[in-house]
Amino acid sequence: MNNEELKRLKKRKMLNSVMHGIFLACTLFGVIVLAVLMIDILRKGLPWLSFDFLKNFPSRFPKKSGIYPALLGSLWVILLTAIIAFPIGVGTAIYLEEYAEDNRFTEFIKLNIANLAGVPSIIYGMLGLAVFVRLFSMGRTILAASFTMAILILPIIIIASQEAIKSVPSSLKQASYALGTTKWQTVTGVIIPYALPGILTGSILAISRALGEAAPLIVVGALAYVSFIPKGPFDQFTVLPIQIFNWAGMPKKEFQDVAAAGIIVLLVILLGVNSVAIILRNKYQIRMKD
Amino acid sequence: MRRIEFEGKERMNRLEKAVKIILTTLGLISIFTTIGIIFSLFEETFMFFKEVSIVEFLTGTKWTPLIEPTHFGVLPLVAGTMLIVVIAGLISIPLGLGSAIYLSEYAPKKVRKFLKPILEVLAGVPSIVYGYFALTAITPLIRNIFPETSVYNALSAGIAVGIMTIPLVSSMSEDAMMAVPDSLRNGAYALGATKLEVTKDVVIPTAMSSIVASFILAISRAVGETMIVAMAAGSTPKLTINPLESIQTMTGYIVQISMGDVPYGSLAYKTLFAVGTLLFLITFILNVISRHFVRKYRRAY
Repeated sequence: MNNEELKRLKKRKMLNSVMHGIFLACTLFGVIVLAVLMIDILRKGLPWLSFDFLKNFPSRFPKKSGIYPALLGSLWVILLTAIIAFPIGVGTAIYLEEYAEDNRFTEFIKLNIANLAGVPSIIYGMLGLAVFVRLFSMGRTILAASFTMAILILPIIIIASQEAIKSVPSSLKQASYALGTTKWQTVTGVIIPYALPGILTGSILAISRALGEAAPLIVVGALAYVSFIPKGPFDQFTVLPIQIFNWAGMPKKEFQDVAAAGIIVLLVILLGVNSVAIILRNKYQIRMKD
Repeated sequence: MRRIEFEGKERMNRLEKAVKIILTTLGLISIFTTIGIIFSLFEETFMFFKEVSIVEFLTGTKWTPLIEPTHFGVLPLVAGTMLIVVIAGLISIPLGLGSAIYLSEYAPKKVRKFLKPILEVLAGVPSIVYGYFALTAITPLIRNIFPETSVYNALSAGIAVGIMTIPLVSSMSEDAMMAVPDSLRNGAYALGATKLEVTKDVVIPTAMSSIVASFILAISRAVGETMIVAMAAGSTPKLTINPLESIQTMTGYIVQISMGDVPYGSLAYKTLFAVGTLLFLITFILNVISRHFVRKYRRAY
């Protein structure tokens, strides 16, 4: 090997090391941003966090402001959204994977679901406004919001459930059919129990997406200022992300820190919901192994 | 005995049939959703174009639907959206691809196992949080460097949208790169290629169409992103390429109108749906293109 070639080899190796460093830096950028974001929000929000903050109503005065109505609004919307979306989503997935014939129409439904998953969330808000609020005369209520959110997260639940159902070994299904069971008995007795951890994980992730969504509910007509506690599906409402949005947009600087406190509450709930998903998954996975 | 068995079977058959009908109906809900979206958007849009010409809407350079004299040129909103998309793409595409390359080609298994979930958390943070971060942390930083920057500006919002879409680009590109067979890599290594050369000349070209698909999907997400731009980008529809100015995007306009008291059936109410239709069509076309690229990759392998 002459000097020239050696030099080139050295250069190639060096270029590799340099790019290795750059690629690592790209990855670390995301990690650092996440850390900075969390620290920034904790630093601003933690001093405002208290029991009073959780049980107070919003107020003109930052110190008296609380998140109670938004918290209850979010819980109502999420609860109803889950009740509506979960059975429809899982049912659709069972239909597509086990019942539907392998034809063009089924292909069309699948393509349609993939397309819906890519529609911006604010468009779902417009659907909710035109169909649930106006056409079905639900008004700007928790019910209309829940239907809108359910439609929004349906594609996520369907796709996750399909993946979970696909992962059921066909040997298990065949064994069940060999015992003379009907399709539905195999679905309820074999497929659903086996696929449940995957279905639940996907559904809970979809729910946590809905918890953080604000745009569609602004269009549907969540209130900017709520001075009452929502008591049922036909009440008007606000939700946590919209309350945070309002505080962040207020002229008084202190309200930005109140918004940070609201974000902490939202993130803690999201963390809780996601932990439930992980615990459920682990628990069922162990049971299935036995 | 036989009769009971027979009746049992009969009942079971009926149950099976009922189940199938119910499940088929559920399967149709997704189609009804699409019809619902198209119908609800297009109906009001159609009404809108009865009062405003489609040419004025698509080519007009002034958007003042609430202030006399009213103008209904959507270009300023489209330009605002484009500005956000370009800034976001300049962040999410290189950084997302860089992370994907690192995680798929360079990272030791343990490091990968540690870093991947963190990027997933970044993807799970609600957009309202990024919007807050843009408004209260990124904007002050930009204003320190460029004091003439307005409080609401495209740069800050664009950066936040870019950060939010990094995980989208990185996870999709990484999946594509991980799917490249090791035999191709080993062939190149046997010729004495460095890791960088293997990545650049073997892995990326092989996974290219899926990587491009991830870029397009990130762009589509940036077009539809709402809360970040509503919080940080401002509400002044403007034809500008200066990222330090306050602008308005299509989504930002929809939020602004929805927050106010616009009477049902008024022309302003209809603009909501005209802009929404345009937004829907743009993201739909981008998603179709993206899926086309993914399919191309699947066909190759």
